[in-house]
Amino acid sequence: MNLSVTVNGTAHTVDVEDRMLLVHLLRDRLDLTATNIGCDTTSCGACTVLLDGESVKSCTVLAASVDGQSVTTLEGLADGEKWHRVQEGFRAKHGLQCGFCTPGMVMAAVSLLDENPSPTADEVRQGLEGNLCRCTGYHNIVAAVLEAAAHESVTQ
Amino acid sequence: MAELAVDATCSRTVSILGTRVMRVEDPKFLTTGGVYVDDLRDPRLEGAGHVTYVRSVMAHARVTVDPSAAAALDGVVAVFTAADLADLPPPPPPLGFIPPALARPWLANGVVRYVGEPIAAIVTESRYAGEDVAELVSVDYEPLTAVVDPRASARDETLLFPDHGSNTALAFEAGSLDGLFDDCEVVVTQQMTNQRVAPVPLEVRGTACVWEGDRLTLWASTQSPHGARDQIATALALPPEQVHFIAPDVGGGFGAKFGVSIEDLLLAVLSRRLDRPMRWAETRTENMLGMGHGRAQLQTVTIGGTRDGRITAYSLDVLQDSGAYPHFGAVLPFMTQLMATGTYDIARVAVRTKSVATNTAPVVAYRGAGRPEATAAIERAVDLYAAEIGMDPAEVRRRNLFEKDAFPLTTQVGAAYDSGDYVGALDAVLAAAKYDELRAEQRRRRESGDVKLLGIGVSNYVEITAGPEAGTEFARINVKPDGSVIVYTGTSPHGQGHATSFAMLAADELGVPLDRITVVHGDTDLVARGGGTGGSRSLQLGGAAVHQGAIETVDKARELAGDLFEAAAGDIVLDKARGGFHVAGSPDDVRSWAEVATSADADAGLIVDTDFTAQGATFPFGAHVAVVEVDAETGKVELVSMTTVDDAGPVINPVVVEGQRHGGIAQGVAQALFEEVLYDEDGNPQSTNLADYAFPTAAELPDFTLVDMATPSPLNPLGVKGIGEAGTIGATPAVQNAVVDAVAHLGVRHIEMPTTAERVWRAIQEGAK
Repeated sequence: MNLSVTVNGTAHTVDVEDRMLLVHLLRDRLDLTATNIGCDTTSCGACTVLLDGESVKSCTVLAASVDGQSVTTLEGLADGEKWHRVQEGFRAKHGLQCGFCTPGMVMAAVSLLDENPSPTADEVRQGLEGNLCRCTGYHNIVAAVLEAAAHESVTQ
Repeated sequence: MAELAVDATCSRTVSILGTRVMRVEDPKFLTTGGVYVDDLRDPRLEGAGHVTYVRSVMAHARVTVDPSAAAALDGVVAVFTAADLADLPPPPPPLGFIPPALARPWLANGVVRYVGEPIAAIVTESRYAGEDVAELVSVDYEPLTAVVDPRASARDETLLFPDHGSNTALAFEAGSLDGLFDDCEVVVTQQMTNQRVAPVPLEVRGTACVWEGDRLTLWASTQSPHGARDQIATALALPPEQVHFIAPDVGGGFGAKFGVSIEDLLLAVLSRRLDRPMRWAETRTENMLGMGHGRAQLQTVTIGGTRDGRITAYSLDVLQDSGAYPHFGAVLPFMTQLMATGTYDIARVAVRTKSVATNTAPVVAYRGAGRPEATAAIERAVDLYAAEIGMDPAEVRRRNLFEKDAFPLTTQVGAAYDSGDYVGALDAVLAAAKYDELRAEQRRRRESGDVKLLGIGVSNYVEITAGPEAGTEFARINVKPDGSVIVYTGTSPHGQGHATSFAMLAADELGVPLDRITVVHGDTDLVARGGGTGGSRSLQLGGAAVHQGAIETVDKARELAGDLFEAAAGDIVLDKARGGFHVAGSPDDVRSWAEVATSADADAGLIVDTDFTAQGATFPFGAHVAVVEVDAETGKVELVSMTTVDDAGPVINPVVVEGQRHGGIAQGVAQALFEEVLYDEDGNPQSTNLADYAFPTAAELPDFTLVDMATPSPLNPLGVKGIGEAGTIGATPAVQNAVVDAVAHLGVRHIEMPTTAERVWRAIQEGAK
C-alpha cells in the first residue's frame, strides 16, 4: 500500500508491504538506522520511537497503520546542533556503554519526562521498565534521566 | 567522589589520568546511533542475499532434509544442506585441546544434537521471504534419547558422539582427596547448582560479507576481530591476509561474542558459492537458542575447619554441562579450579572437574567465565561453615583471608596472586554498608515478627584477568604531520570506552590534547594484530601497549627534534603543557609535534609500533555486601542495596570503571535473583525469548554504592588489573548469601539460584518442619 508518513519532520510517501513493521520501514526503507531491533517479543524497547509524540515500540506497529502520522526517531530529536536535554543527560551521566539500547532508551525517557516532568528515581525506574539494558545496570541511566529532568527549566 | 566532568578540549599541565573525562564515543551514539552490522550501508553490500537458518526443533534426532519445496519458490536464491557442503573439509574445532570427534559440522549432517542447531541455510532476495520459506524446508526427525541432565551424560548410557566413546570432553583436577578432612572438627558439605544463564547482549549476532576476487571482507559482531579473521582463514583454507575482517560497533558481547560462530563462517562459504554479497541478522529467539549460554555447573562443596573459625580444608567437585559440541564451556572448570580457594588461606584443597556434552545449546564464555562459579562455591561454603559453628560470616572471612603482607603468593591450586588487600576490602565494605547497624536491624525485625525479613550477604572475591598465561597486545602510535594522533589498538571495545581511556593514556605521555587523538580498532587491515577484548584483558595489555608506545614515540620524537635543533636527543625536553619540544634550558624555541612528525615523514608522520607483554595475569579482588528484604509469607525477594569494593588497581577514568562495575553488579545480581535458562527433560528450551527469560529491568534493581580502593599490580607499568568482570563475580554470592541469611533463623541452610519467590517460600516451609 501507499503510505504517507512524516518522519523527523520530513514527509515521505512510500509503497510498503501490508505486513511491514514500522521499524523495518524506518531502517530498511528510510535508512534511519539509529532505531534498533533487539528482540522479537516487544520486550526490549530498543526500537522505541515517538508516534505523534507518544512512545511506541516500532517492532509492534505495522507501517501501514501510521499513515498520516508523525514519527520521531533519535536522529530527529536534537534541534539542529542543540541536543535535547535527555541526550545531554545521558552524556553527562555516562548513561550508555555499547549504545545499542540507547536510541530506544532515550526516546522512552523523552516520553517519560513529557508525562512526568519531575519524576523520582523510583518513578524513572518504573517508567523505563519496558526498555532493557545489559551494560549499565541502569544506575547511570536513572541518573541521566534525573539530570535531564533537573535541567528542564534551562532548556525549555 | 568529585562530580567534575572534564571537557576533552581543556588544556592542562597535570596528569589527565584518574580524572572524570566524558566519553568521546558518546555523541555518535546519542545522535545518529552506532553503526552495528545490520546498519551497514556499504555499497559493496548492494543486492546482498539474505540468509536464514533452518534450525532443529528436536534436541537429539536423526534427520533427513528435503529442501526441494522451499528451493522452488519465488524469491529463493538457493537452499543449502549438509549434502551441498560435503566437499568442504569440516570446520576447524573451536579450541585445539577439545577432542576433534566432538566438533560440529557445517550444517547438521544426519544427526541434530540441540534445539536450534542449524540444519539448512536458505538464501532469499528479501529478509521477510527467508522467514516465510524456512517453514517449508522439510525435515524428518527420528528421535534419539535426549541427554539433558549432565549427571545422565556422565553415565555414558547414551553417547552424543559414539566415535568419541564417552560424553566427557575434558577433565581437570588439583590436590589430593586423601585424608583431606581428617583433622577437621567441623565438616559441612552441600550440593549446589550454578545455573545456566544467557548472555543476552542487546545486539544479537549479525554478519555481512562480500568477495572481491579472492579476497573476503566480512563484518561481524565480535569481540575479537583478529582471532575471528584467523578462524575464517583456517576454515576456508585462505592465508589470513586474504580475509579483511571488520568489527563495526558491537552492541555488547559479555564473552559470548568471542570469535565467530558457525553461522558467520557459513555466510562466507555461501557468498563465494553464489558469487554474491550476503547478510545474516538473527532473531532474538535464534540468539537465545544458538549463541550459547554461560555457567551451567553442578557443584559439590565440602568445607572443614575448627570450631573457632579456622578453615583448614576445602574440596570442590564440578560437573560442567558443556552443551552440544563442547566449546569454551568445556574449559570453564579449568578457571574454576584455578580460583577455587578464592581469597582464603586454606591448608588443604582438592578440586575435581569433569566437562560433559549434553543435548543443549553449547556453553560459552559469559562475563567471568569460570571464576564466578568458583567464587559462588567458596562463598556459599564459607557461609555454610559460619552457620554451622554459629559465627558471624564476616568474622569467619576475616579470620581466613590472606593477609596483606602475604603477597605475592601462590595458592594451593597454583594461582600466582600478584597483589591484594583482602582484609582492607572487607573492612571497607562492611563500614560503608554499616554492617553492624544492618545486623541490629535484622535482629529487631526478627524479634518483632516483621513479615519483611532482612538478609545481609557478604562475599569476598578474587579473580584472574588477562590470564591464565601472560598476555601480549599490540599498539601503533601515529603522530600525523598536522600534529594529530591516531592510536591503533588490537583490543576491540564494545561499550568499554577504549576510545576515551586509551586516548587519555596517549595524551598523558604525548602532551597532545584529547580532541586531537583518535583511537582505531576492529579492522584487520588497519590494525596489524591483536587479541581483542575479553577476560578483562584490555586496559592492562592494550592500555599498557598504548602507554609503552607513547613513551617510545616520545623517545623517537626527541631524536627527531634533536636533529632539527642540531642537539643531542638527551638534551631535548618534551613540554607537555605546550605540546612541543625544546632544548633543555632554552624553552623559548619550541618545535611542535607537527614539525617533528613531518620531519619523520611528510606524508605519514611519525609511526611507532609496539607490543606489550605482561609479566603475568593479574588478580583483581573486592568485597560485596548485599541487603535483601524477604517476605516471610510469600518468599518474594527484593534487593535493597548493593555496596561494593572492587579493586582493580589505579583507575584511568572513573566514569568508565564505575560503568563497568555497575553493569557487572547487575548481571551478578540477575543470576542470583532472576535468570535461568531451562530445558525440559526432552531438551526443549523453555526460555527462548525476552518475554520468558527473566532479564531484569530498571524497576528490579536499586542504585549501587561503590567504594573506591586501588592496590597496584606489580606486573604492568600502569599497575592496573581488569575490571570488566569483577562486579559480576562478587555480586552473585553476596546476593545469594543475603537471601539465605534472611531466612536462616527459620532453619534454612541453602537456597538454589535463582532465588525465586517459590524457591524461598518452599525453603521456609521445609525449614519449619
